[in-house]
Formats: sequence, structure tokens, C-alpha cells
Amino acid sequence: MRYIPSSPGERRRLLEAIGLRHAGELFDSIPREFRLERPLSLPDPMPEADLVEHLRGLSEQNLDPRAAAVFLGAGAYRHFIPAVVDHLISRSEFYSSYTPYQPEFSQGTLQAIFEFQTLICQLTSLDISNASLYDGASALGEAILLAHRARRRRRVVTAATVHPEYLKVAATLTSRLDLRIETLPSGADGLVDPGRLAQSLDPQTAAVVIQQPNFLGRLEEVEAIAEAAHRVGALLLVVVNEAVSLGLLKGPGSQGADVVLGEAQSLGVPLSFGGPYLGFMAIRSDFLRELPGRLVGQARDAAGRTGYVLTLATREQHIRRERATSNICTNQGLCMLAASIFLATLGKQGMRDLADLNRARAEYAKSRLSRIPGCRIPHDGPTFNEFVLELPGEAKPLHRALLRKGIVAGLPLADYFPERKRDLLLAFTEMNSKSQIDRLAEALGEAR
Amino acid sequence: MSVEKVPPKRPEGLLFEQSTAGKRGCEVPAAQVPAAAPLDARFIRGEIEGFPELSEREVVRHFTRISRLNYGNDQGFYPLGSCTMKYNPKVNEKAARLEGFAEAHPLLPEEAVQGSLQVVSELERFLCEIAGMDAFTLQPAAGAQGELTGIRMVRAFHESRGNPRQVVLIPDSAHGTNPASAHLCGYRVEEIASDSRGCVDLPHLRERMSEDVAVLMLTNPNTLGVFESEIGEICRVVHDAGGIVYLDGANLNAFVGVARPGDMGADVMHVNLHKTFSTPHGGGGPGSGPVGVKEPLARFLPVPRVARTEAGYRWRSDFPESIGRVHAFHGNFGMVLRAYAYVLANGPGGLREIAETAVLNANYVRKRLEGTYHLPYSSPTLHEVIFSDRNLEKHGVRTLDVAKRLMDYGFHPPTIYFPLIVKGALMIEPTESEGIQELDAFIEAMIRIAREAEEDPDLLRTAPHSTPIGRLDEAAAARKPILRWTPATSKGEA
Repeated sequence: MRYIPSSPGERRRLLEAIGLRHAGELFDSIPREFRLERPLSLPDPMPEADLVEHLRGLSEQNLDPRAAAVFLGAGAYRHFIPAVVDHLISRSEFYSSYTPYQPEFSQGTLQAIFEFQTLICQLTSLDISNASLYDGASALGEAILLAHRARRRRRVVTAATVHPEYLKVAATLTSRLDLRIETLPSGADGLVDPGRLAQSLDPQTAAVVIQQPNFLGRLEEVEAIAEAAHRVGALLLVVVNEAVSLGLLKGPGSQGADVVLGEAQSLGVPLSFGGPYLGFMAIRSDFLRELPGRLVGQARDAAGRTGYVLTLATREQHIRRERATSNICTNQGLCMLAASIFLATLGKQGMRDLADLNRARAEYAKSRLSRIPGCRIPHDGPTFNEFVLELPGEAKPLHRALLRKGIVAGLPLADYFPERKRDLLLAFTEMNSKSQIDRLAEALGEAR
Repeated sequence: MSVEKVPPKRPEGLLFEQSTAGKRGCEVPAAQVPAAAPLDARFIRGEIEGFPELSEREVVRHFTRISRLNYGNDQGFYPLGSCTMKYNPKVNEKAARLEGFAEAHPLLPEEAVQGSLQVVSELERFLCEIAGMDAFTLQPAAGAQGELTGIRMVRAFHESRGNPRQVVLIPDSAHGTNPASAHLCGYRVEEIASDSRGCVDLPHLRERMSEDVAVLMLTNPNTLGVFESEIGEICRVVHDAGGIVYLDGANLNAFVGVARPGDMGADVMHVNLHKTFSTPHGGGGPGSGPVGVKEPLARFLPVPRVARTEAGYRWRSDFPESIGRVHAFHGNFGMVLRAYAYVLANGPGGLREIAETAVLNANYVRKRLEGTYHLPYSSPTLHEVIFSDRNLEKHGVRTLDVAKRLMDYGFHPPTIYFPLIVKGALMIEPTESEGIQELDAFIEAMIRIAREAEEDPDLLRTAPHSTPIGRLDEAAAARKPILRWTPATSKGEA
């Protein structure tokens, strides 16, 4: 096998050195009744050239991303990734290393995490960030668990406009804790009504959860919601799943959020059919001891040189075992690195420009699409790069018709909310040119 | 000494310290559309104080420089026990970057992602065959999430029969994620002792097994690298009391293609694609932790599940007893794809050769270091061997010192102080990815270090001497944690 560096002769030498005659004897400690006496029923080994052909063929069974115009978002966004990102994360010093248990041999990874933690604090306007989590959905589950530990209360109120898959994952992760997660319906404007929210809260509420921009693309009134949450001593958790929005929108920490968490896939991580992505979580410093996941801190060696180490590990499972804050034992190292490189490359002005561009394209699309007879914007008001379009008829057949023309007209909302049969959720990034948007408008106009 | 002739190296500062106002590393395309009316000021942030401003050139230099402060497994031997730091084939990286895969949105209609769905479906089938299981989910993002998924299914299974039960039994040699995952599923954890061979103490298990026990979480081969030879009887004891056997497949590399957990009686298991199936560890992730089950548990698997139909591959969510979702979308597809490529590259013979070579390498290291280092358990070794620092104690040298000194010889240290049942453990897992020359060089270094411990223990206690920094004061770092950079004169952030 080409990945194994020992020759048959060398293997014989090793076997002799340990006093064995046959490789089979290596497994004498496995009872004979359990040893597989046949080869696994798998395809024959493929030389690399054949393998590449096979995989390329499969990749071509997918939609051709160059030819199609795709207006899908809903928690995963196609953004331009500068070439430096892939170039740098492909350095094997980064990608073929593991969790930085030995700081003297891992300063590259550790410094990159320290920089990532800083970047996330800057974007979210909060004090402390961990080294990343699996994805936005599990980050929500972990944030709810954090609020539960910090407040020792059993009730969580979440806006109906948090990503439906995040709510499902959070339900799975928290299902054994006798927590009550209640959903607050949004108003006709697609927003949480702070007054109604305040009425639904009580001193048993550990946390309020909202998303910004919310799942329908609308911008929530974070400050008023924070005030309502804090009045009963609940934490405000704000989910962000389009991280590019933070180039333009206020960091929720500056508006009263206690925890900002979500998905940073937008920052240099390819769509890749849903993963690997990049969960993140930032908190006010009050909750440091309850924070799940890895953390890197600054330290000094005996000569006074500055370095970085994994720190506050006493929260973690390998020390605390069943009393740990979480069962997580890794972060999303390489995706985190990609995001740091992406943010460093875009920089202060680039992030703002990118966010402005995304919003400009979406606003243009909004004005074009809302002029199509019979179409309307059901939740009119401020949005970032995504909004809902209501069609005169059912969305699904039209969505299918447009797919045949190489247009993916967003997401039929009925996939998540069966009653919303006429709604499409559409996202617009810098990858959707004006002519693509015009094509969408024309196709919708013809097909409606 | 020549060391003094080398001027001190300039440390690589943080991104933020290298930033200069007005620089940028990327231009954004033209708007093409009319400027949008500005958002209301209450939504818009001010400038982010201290956010990086660098040219592309500086970004590349910064990350290239810090990458060189890292040691990866392409640089050299990385015998980190229980982590299976094997070679990451480069063709897998190419596969993950094929545009049709990399740019596929997870919510595309099924007819637009038939290639991706075929990969998911076929890897599920391959894993079923390799593990001897009936069905797999590829949704969990890592081993620990796989454990959580598996134990949630166990709970759902018991609940469906009227009693979720209360206890999870876990051997004392297990990884810390096992008890943490069990606890998150609402179970009480009870430890099972290891016997003198380092295996599950069967009489103790018999004593603890009852109708209260939901599941035994067993790592096999265990974290000592020892195969639980009584696995058949262990499973019988658990099954007879109506319990489930969860197999932690972290160490599947030891017997892939040689034996199958499903044949031994395991009902649920997870595998780590970033271990046995070669996906890169990435400095701590992303991973992937698929979970396999036997038929009676299949109806509890997370949704959606891929199905092969006459109309092609489809997602199915119509499993009312499913535990739900553990990941948004479909899990870490990029890792699934790499693992799929790895299985195809190896074929059945290649996979068996992996196990044979990994076990051979571990036994060779054991044979040559036994005596020099104390071997706490003499049971037969599979893929990894555990030594302790007992022979070095008389020189005032500890496991940590050996690990740090190994860096001076150019090797990544083994896993240390784990498993917890061995005092001062040094856990060495060579994997199949090393040839005899590399193994011999490592062994020689270990032998020399043992001699150094006798002759010059201080050399070890102050090691490493060749790395960019020395041992860091971790206690001080935890007492007054500095967890982010802040501008020298912070005015607070907008």
C-alpha cells in the first residue's frame, strides 16, 4: 500500500525482532471466533489516477457551481475566498498537527487561536471567546447549557426566527436536563416584539435566544430585547449565522448580549455540503468558568519570553470527566485558522466593504423582485443580505422550474415551515452579480 | 559554545501589533448596483478599534512564520497515543477541493447533489462492512459528539421499552469524553475497575451489572493498547441484564480488516474518521465521528438519513423515533469525502495491512524499549504501548521531562499522563505510517534520554532547549488569564 513506508523485507525484519513468524500472530489476543476469516467486502484498491477520475466524476454529478446562479443562504453562505486562505491552511505544519498539547511544539496553532479569540471578541464586542466549536447549531446547544449552569434556572425562551436546525440540535443536546425550551412566535413584521417577550418572561427564565439577522433576514431590536431579558435576570444569547454581517452591524455585545454565538463559515470556509464549518462563542467575562471548549492564554517561559498555552483546562472533560462543562475535546482548528486568515486579509476596511456590498446587492434584488406583479416582501423592513419573497402561488413548483434553468431560487420556506407555501428565502452575496440577479428577476417574472 | 553565536530570534508579533492604518489585503468587487439607502444608525457599528490592517504580503508572511513554530506529522514522527497521527494522503485534500463538492450548498435540492449523496451513502455502506454494523450516521462532528449521539440512542431505545435506566458503566481506563457524554445524556456514571492485565475486571462487571445499567461504554482495544479478550463474555453479561454495549472505536486502527466490533457483540459504536480513516487533525479539528448501530437501534438514528431510491439518492426524515439532529445540515461532509477516498485507495487488503503494520510497529517499539522504560502492563500490545516513568524516579526525572527532551531530538512527544490508571504514563502509538528507519531513530533517542536521566537529570528537567520557547508557566497563565489581545490604550469598542 502506497501510504505505508515499510518494504516486505523490512516487515520481516520487524517480525523477527519481536519473535514472530507471521503477521497473523500479532492478533493472537483477539479470540479466534471473532477474527474475520475473509477479506472485507469493499471495492478493490484504486491507484491515485483512477481515484481522482472517480471522484471528479462524482463531483460532476452535483450542480455545476460555475454555471448555476445560486441564491441560497439559510445558515450557509457562498462568499469569495482569497487564494491566501487555502494556500496557508494547506501548510502541513498546520494541517497535519494535532491539538496543541505540547506548547513548545505548537506555538503556531496556539498563537493563531489567540488571534482568533481576539478577532471574535472584536467582531462580537464581547470580552472572551473560546477556540471555536463544531458548528453554529451545537454552539447554541452549548450556550443554552451555559446559561442553565450560570443561572440554575430551567426555562429558555427562544424566538421562532432562530435557525430551525439550530433549535433541533439544541433540543437534542439539552433534552436530558429537564429544561423547557419555549418558542415565542414573531410578529407580522418578522421580528420579536420586545413588549410581548417581556410578558412571557419570568424569574425562572435562564435565557432568551434570538438570531441577528434572524432566520427571515430581518434585523432584531437587540437592545430592547436585552433589556427585557435582563429585567428578569435572564441571559441574552444572540445567534449570528452570517458572520459577514458583523462587518456592518453592531457587535451584539455592545447592545446587551451576554453570549454571542453562531456560525463563522462565511469567513473563508467553503460550503462543502454543510461541513466542516466553524461554531464560535463569545461571552461576558462573568461566565468564564462556565465556558465550554478550548481556550488559549498568554504565558511566559523561564527566560521571560511570551508564548501561548491551552489554559483553564480544569473546566474540561479530560480533567473533570463527568463534571466537565461539556464533553467537547477539540475545536475546529483548521476552519478557525481559515477564518483568522480571511479576517486578517479582508481587514478593517475590507470587512466593512464586503458587508456593504452584500447589503447593496440584496437591496437591489429586493427592489427588483418586489416589483414583479404578484410578488411582495412580507416582512418589510431592515435586512442584511437575505430576505423573504412571497410569490403569488406555491413556491415549490416554481423553484423546481427555475432549477431546470440553472437558477436555485433560494429556499422554499415550506421546507421548514409547512404553512409558508408561497415564501422563498433568498440570499445575495458578492458572488451573485447584478446580471445573475436580473436573470432571477426575469425568470421569476416569466414563471410565476 | 556555538549557541551564543546565534543572535536571538525576533519573535513573531501578533497580527494586531503588525497592523498599520490604511493597509488592506483584499479589494472587494464593484457594487454593480445602485448604492443602498443606509441602514438606521442604531444598527451600524463604528470602526472596530484594533482590527487588523495588513497587506496580503504581510498576512502570508505572518502565517507562514507562525506555521514554522508548529510541528506537524509531515515534519516527523508524531507518536501521540490514542490520537492515531497517521499520514494524511494528499489526494484527499485535492478531492475535498473539487469545485462540485466544495461549492455545494447543503440545502440544494437532492437532484442537484447526487454526487455528494452517493459519497455519503457509499461511505455508510463501507463503514457498516468494516465495523460489522447494520446502519451508520455520518452526522456527528467528532468522536465526542459521536458518543453523545450513541448514548442518546441507547436512552431512546430503553425509553421505548418503558425504562431509560440510570447508570452507564465505564472502565477506569476510558477517555474523559466517555463519562462527560454519558452525563450529558442524563446518566449516572459508575466506574469499572481494571484488573492486573489492564482489562475490564469481569467479576467486578458481573457484580455491578443490573437492570439499572443502560449501557457499558467500552474502548477496545482499550487505552492501554490491550485487546479485551473476554469481550464475548463481557457482552453476554451486559446483554443478559438487558443492557447495551457501546464500543468506543477510537482504536479501530488496531484491527481494521482483522476483526469487527459488530461480530463481537457491540450494539453501537463510533469511529473517528480523523484517526483510522486519515482525515487531517488540522491542529485540533475538524474531525468526524460517525456512529454505527445494529438493527434494533437503527430507528433512533439522527435524521435526515440518506436513502437509495429508484429516483436516485434522497434524504429521508420520516423516522418518528429518531433522536433528532446533532449537527446542522449533514455533518462534516469534507471529512466524509476524504475518508471515502481513503477507503477506496486502500481496498480490503490495504486496510488489513494498516492494522498489521500499526500493531507490528507498536510491538517493535515495545520490544526495544522494554527494560529501559518500565512497562506497567505486560499484556499483549496491539496498536500502542504504554510505559511509565518508574525507572527514572530515582534520578528525579518525570514523564514530562522525557517528553520535553524528545523535542530536542526532533520528535513529537507521545501522549503523557494518560490513561489515568498508569502513574506517569507515556503512551506511544507509532501507527502504520512509519518505516523502520524512523522507528529506530526514535528508539535510539528514547534510550539516550534514559541514559541522560542518569548522567545529567537537569538537562531533562530544563528541556526543551531547541524550541522557540521554553516551558511556559501554565499555573500563572491560569491564575491571571490573558485570553485576547487588547489595544495599549483601549477606549472600549464601538
